[in-house]
Amino acid sequence: MIEHPLLVAEGLSKNYGPRIGCRDVSLEVHPGEVLAVVGESGSGKSTLLGLLSTELAPSAGRVSYRLRDGRLADLAGLGAAEKRLLMRTDWGFVRQNPADGLRMAVSAGGNVGERLMAVGWRHYGNIRDEAIDWLAKVEIDADRVDDDPRAFSGGMRQRLQIARNLVTRPRLVFMDEPTGGLDVSVQARLLDLIRGLVAELGLAVVIVTHDLAVARLLSHRMVVMRHGRVIETGITDQVLDDPREPYTQLLVSSVLAA
Amino acid sequence: MYVAAKGGEKAIRNAHALLAKRRRGNTNLPSITLDQIAQQLTLAVDRVMAEGSLYDVELAALAVKQARGDLIEAIFLIRAFRTTLPRFGYARALDTARMLVRRRVSATYKDLPGGQLLGPTFDYTHRLLDTSLGVADEAEGVADQTDQAGEAEAPVAMPRVTDLLGQEGLIEGAPADDGSEPFDITRAPVSFPVDRSTRLQTLARGDEGYLLALGYSTQRGYGRSHPFVGEIRFGDVEVMFEAPELGFEVSLGTVQVTECQSVNQFKGSATTPPQFTRGYGLVFGQCERKAMSMALVERALRWEELGEEPGAPAQDEEFVLSHSDNVQATGFVEHLKLPHYVDFQAELDLVRRMRAEQAAEMKEAAE
Amino acid sequence: MNAQAAGGMPEITYNFAYLDEQTKRMIRRAILKAIAVPGYQVPFAAREMPMPYGWGTGGVQVTAAVLGPDDVLKVIDQGADDTTNAVAIRGFFEKTARVATTTSTQAATLIQTRHRVPETPLRENQILVYQVPIPEPLRFLEPRETETRQLHALAEYGLMHVKLYEDIARHGHIATTYAYPVEVAGRYVMDPSPIPKFDNPKLDDCPALQLFGAGREKRIYAIPPHTRVRSLDFEDHPFRVQRFAQSCALCAASGVYLDEVILDDKGGRMFVCSDTDYCNGRQEAGHRGEMAGEGA
Repeated sequence: MIEHPLLVAEGLSKNYGPRIGCRDVSLEVHPGEVLAVVGESGSGKSTLLGLLSTELAPSAGRVSYRLRDGRLADLAGLGAAEKRLLMRTDWGFVRQNPADGLRMAVSAGGNVGERLMAVGWRHYGNIRDEAIDWLAKVEIDADRVDDDPRAFSGGMRQRLQIARNLVTRPRLVFMDEPTGGLDVSVQARLLDLIRGLVAELGLAVVIVTHDLAVARLLSHRMVVMRHGRVIETGITDQVLDDPREPYTQLLVSSVLAA
Repeated sequence: MYVAAKGGEKAIRNAHALLAKRRRGNTNLPSITLDQIAQQLTLAVDRVMAEGSLYDVELAALAVKQARGDLIEAIFLIRAFRTTLPRFGYARALDTARMLVRRRVSATYKDLPGGQLLGPTFDYTHRLLDTSLGVADEAEGVADQTDQAGEAEAPVAMPRVTDLLGQEGLIEGAPADDGSEPFDITRAPVSFPVDRSTRLQTLARGDEGYLLALGYSTQRGYGRSHPFVGEIRFGDVEVMFEAPELGFEVSLGTVQVTECQSVNQFKGSATTPPQFTRGYGLVFGQCERKAMSMALVERALRWEELGEEPGAPAQDEEFVLSHSDNVQATGFVEHLKLPHYVDFQAELDLVRRMRAEQAAEMKEAAE
Repeated sequence: MNAQAAGGMPEITYNFAYLDEQTKRMIRRAILKAIAVPGYQVPFAAREMPMPYGWGTGGVQVTAAVLGPDDVLKVIDQGADDTTNAVAIRGFFEKTARVATTTSTQAATLIQTRHRVPETPLRENQILVYQVPIPEPLRFLEPRETETRQLHALAEYGLMHVKLYEDIARHGHIATTYAYPVEVAGRYVMDPSPIPKFDNPKLDDCPALQLFGAGREKRIYAIPPHTRVRSLDFEDHPFRVQRFAQSCALCAASGVYLDEVILDDKGGRMFVCSDTDYCNGRQEAGHRGEMAGEGA
């Protein structure tokens, strides 16, 4: 791990009226590090992901990000233009439901090429070649480049979404249950693919999952959430092999029992 | 030799002449008078005033006549006139608690101060065609009936149901009139998201059928808000105006309006105890269907402020408010009948070219 | 507007060019802002006009706001002066403003148009007013105004290129034939109104002032004289206008936009200039197409 963190959250809280989404969460993500956020549904992990990615505004606390110039910037202080540029170049967001992260009526090539066009690519042939390259990286045949994702299976859609996010070579990717809703065999293949790409590109990833096996396979470190709070955090293997909190023990044992 | 079609000018003149003739119909029959329209087609006149957003019975009757009974066309005529009127200022907010009530029903209380007052309503009629109305002059018979109905009683003011609930703090407070000028959708461009005054104005002049369908959709589960009709009241309200140079309020006269306040499921938070919420509808004239629909839609649009789940069509502010105006809608839909042949020519050219390209490719492939 | 009792109903009269002076001032302020920020859609409080939305209420308001008693007005629809809507709008200003009207592009000081730019090059001190149905070039990619406003503010136009990319991927070339998006003065992407893309090059470096009015959508935008207007494209798929294989059957003009006229139900058709004034001028100058009679 490099000593300078890429993303820093301090004292993040989010209330929905009287209901608490997330309370006093602090964490760091380092370059090239995969951090898993685990917990049951309703534990606040999706709220936390929303806060880290600035899709939600915190009720308290702040999120900072290390810009390419080395400056650690409070994201709330960035202008709309800077923030959007960050989101479409330096960040990625892979949604659980590919329909939320793809343009379903736009061809696979157009989906992958959108970020390139957004950063100024204006040569059709180059955009298309780059898109075909990326489709190959996520194991989609080049002859599907003009098909739109409505004609794709669930696993293919998810792989397309990954290509669309990675094409600008971001440094940080948020993933929200990326393998949720897929068959077990499809899940395994997708996890392999993600693991390979993350290592190859040196991506930092914050991945939210309720599936401890996903966390075990992909992440270096993990945080366990319950009732909106982080109750345990540590190296993934340590947390899973030797959980300290009774709740984590319960989570781990229920997975092992199942 | 070919001569391109000309004579648009003459064609338009002829069309106007024909329209005037058709509007008048058989000249052996007397022309319908504005009084007759105002007196006997009251609800049509009311709708034209409401959606035309101009309170003038005589002009609305004229518009109905000129539009051959097409109410959206009549509304359009009123709007085009209204837009030219100078703006002297803004009246004080109407005080509907002081309305001289001609009809008032509450679905939330069996009885209440002032009582339930049915007034002139279709509600409990049997929808059977009444052939006696087909007779030329049925006036006297009706006069007898109204005597029995006791409309001779002067309308009186009565407290609003929502005020009664409000005394106990059971319903959210009505936003107070802070005296500031409301946003005026006829004088400034609307930009989303909108404030309350913009939302209410847009709905108040929105198309009755459109709001009815949207309100209905909330009842069928698309953005459900568990409404009760707290109260519908229809009657006369005084319009008060304070001219800056006078320094005191003067009455400009009275208008008839229908007001509907719905009482909806509650909200609360860690700091505020649970309360009912309200949806609000106010329409010129007697337009109950519209006032009720407006209250339902108004309430649905407040999902964000009340912390509700979004996703239903009636909750989508930009969608609902951008498409509610029937004068805009009818214009843009009907403009499709204007000539578009320049653009069509471009499309025609492209389709032919693409077909030719494909044919050439297929031929090449075959060879 | 004035109302005075004259027998039964009050008499109703209207101000010069229908709109009251307050409203015209408001519209002129919007126009000035639009000129100052070329291609930017300025919201304005569009009034309800006595013609339906979609018939050119935006163009009529812009024209009413800038029209003076000495102006000479030309109104065209689909390039022609005698189409019904052009006749109706011209009649409206003849009646409410009593201005001189013309069909000559040369003679006009103010031209209101729907769907065409005249073939005769415009000159300085002329104003071309376009009627615009949907001013937002991003509308069909992103229906929300709250979102498109952001995209314009941040000059995020990648989405527009996605549309063009899809055209090429599907059809082999850009299949947008009218309302073809342009970039104005290197900043805002703008809808040139539903003119055929054939007319797009005329917008670039035009000596006349070009004003765009959208009544229903309550937006005004402008291209000041001699402004760079570039049609969006890709480096390897440059913008191209359609070319007609035929020349005008009446005046033999080529390199102009033609209307296709169906002559019979056996496939007989002819092509004539869409710009009637241009075509008449050429015929008067002695040019004869293959279907023009002798000395007609």
